[in-house]
Amino acid sequence: MAEFLQFFFSGLTVGAVYALVALGFTLIYNASDVINFAQGEFVMLGGMATVFLALTGVPLPLAALLAIVITAAIGLALHRFAIEPAHGASPVALIMITIGASVFLRGVAQIIFDKRFHSLPPIFGGEPFRLWGAAILPQGLVVMAGAAVIVLLLWQFVDRTMLGKAVIAIAANRLAARLVGIDTRRIVGLCFAISAAIGAVAGILVTPITLTSYDVGTLLALKGFAAAMLGGIGSGLGAVIGGLLLGMFETFSAGYISSKYKDAVAFLVILAVLFAMPQGVLGRGKIERV
Amino acid sequence: MVTFNRTVATVACSIAVLFAGGLQASAQVKIGSVLSVTGPASFLGDPEKRTLEMYVDAINAQGGVKGQKVQLIVYDDGGDANNARTFATRLVEEDKIVAMIGGTTTGSTLAMIPVFEDTQIPFISLAGAIQIIEPVRKWVFKTPHTDKMACEKIFADLKRRNLTTIALISGTDAFGKSMRDQCVVVAPKSGMTIAYEESYGPRDSDMTPQLTNIRNKAGVQAVVNPGFGQGPAIVTRNYRQLGISAPLYQSHGVASKQFIELAGPAADGVRLPAAALLVADKLADGDPQKTVVVNYSRTYQGKTGQAVSTFGGHAYDGLMIFVQAVQRAQSADKAKVRDEIEKTKGYVGTGGIVNISPSDHMGLDLSAFRMLEIKNGDWTLISDAKS
Repeated sequence: MAEFLQFFFSGLTVGAVYALVALGFTLIYNASDVINFAQGEFVMLGGMATVFLALTGVPLPLAALLAIVITAAIGLALHRFAIEPAHGASPVALIMITIGASVFLRGVAQIIFDKRFHSLPPIFGGEPFRLWGAAILPQGLVVMAGAAVIVLLLWQFVDRTMLGKAVIAIAANRLAARLVGIDTRRIVGLCFAISAAIGAVAGILVTPITLTSYDVGTLLALKGFAAAMLGGIGSGLGAVIGGLLLGMFETFSAGYISSKYKDAVAFLVILAVLFAMPQGVLGRGKIERV
Repeated sequence: MVTFNRTVATVACSIAVLFAGGLQASAQVKIGSVLSVTGPASFLGDPEKRTLEMYVDAINAQGGVKGQKVQLIVYDDGGDANNARTFATRLVEEDKIVAMIGGTTTGSTLAMIPVFEDTQIPFISLAGAIQIIEPVRKWVFKTPHTDKMACEKIFADLKRRNLTTIALISGTDAFGKSMRDQCVVVAPKSGMTIAYEESYGPRDSDMTPQLTNIRNKAGVQAVVNPGFGQGPAIVTRNYRQLGISAPLYQSHGVASKQFIELAGPAADGVRLPAAALLVADKLADGDPQKTVVVNYSRTYQGKTGQAVSTFGGHAYDGLMIFVQAVQRAQSADKAKVRDEIEKTKGYVGTGGIVNISPSDHMGLDLSAFRMLEIKNGDWTLISDAKS
């Protein structure tokens, strides 16, 4: 029983990170039909920028805040300079652009930062609690709480603010949104910035557990994408559920079956979803009115 | 008028040819190096690169080798064996090197060996696995201790502490797999029983599932972690997080201060076999390696501001063995240099005292390894037992 609980908590922790990355994917996909494969790099930038700002003497909380702002700015720049100029292109071309952006960001990160692994101090110390035989790191709880807070904030944003309503409008029908006076360009740019900020927060919260380096983005983006697909791309709640489920699958398969194929789990999930239920757990199938 | 112009042209051409001929006369000794400066093995490859560059500059400042300057060409394979192979081919075909000192990881070394065996260029590898020199290949040598020696040294220490039932958690990279295989082979002879095994991918960020299984296995008295790079740091952190009290042993793949930085306070109490270089200042004065390791430590720390690691030391040993071989061979001819490398005897390096022979292309014995324990974020020497 103790190991089941241990796997469960480890799965929740790592699942919370995937959930945040998946949320970033979903937000951008909803606003612009683009799957942004640079999402993993936003997570990397959050962690690495905080580490390097802290190394230059900036106090840690301020460094974290600055890192989030910088990453959001980079997300906005990605939209303004890479996605927006190509707005007539096919979705595949736009995806290729985001993959190119991710490679670019990774290359720049190597030069500006360095190629080593880095860590951040955990917020509440490194001593784990023991709960029914399982050891839980305080930082793990911070990651889960952080994910919950972000989901809540996003939900309130979309539900209660005019800007949030504008995002839903654009997701529903872009042309109609333009016709009622919504500045789609500005709103989509905002979505990119928010997505990048979410990624950065995820990166900062999880670095004390998983360490960070210039190339953690690639695998994270793929797993976040798998999580988003599992939950149903386009559904925010689906992204969170998908992320948590994927985290659990990974940890349980590593613990009970074999740890050698842990990374393969995410890809098996993508295949399974595409074969069995392409709209994911919570996604709605696409209805076309003829 | 035409004749005058023609004369001027001829004289000008002759002078140009003389200059060109003069430039050709000062040939350089070209050494190639393919290192994993970035990627999961960066804390091995980066000190190696700095060490090679530092000491090649020093050698050139003192006039080079046999009057010729040494030119070092370094490529970064990023920890990817395919890239290593491509760069090795480039070094041989385009850069025309006479020797190769590199191959940070076992994977990249094994990928490059065929290139150098085919083109008959001496290759001094900086990687750990025993397959690099067993079976002995004519043109391949290596400076670091093998994984087999690491297993033997760890098992000897475990035996001294009366711990005979162990669990292994290994990385699935080439070095981790190789060392795991060697430990399995050596275990019965050393009186060890391997009760349980787990593994993790080199880029995994969470090993709690595997360690939880190990913790729940009854009778496990100690845990050994073959691997290098980021993985062992995370294993060590997770190990303490789960509150596992059995002693944890790492391999020499973590012999760098960066491991201690990444693992944090979790690293206290971890034991590992490593070269004397890490405890340079703590060695007894009569220790034969003391002068070499202290000099290298001071130079490296002075020039880079970073703490010394055994990986840079292996690169230093490789370079020095090569340079001394060239001096003994009185030429930079590849075959002659290879023969002299094979005759290296009594070379005191950072890794130990090296005696290469046609049947042993590494030249270190078990006394070259010291058993260290990490205490308060620093290395301490455990015992001077010669086993």
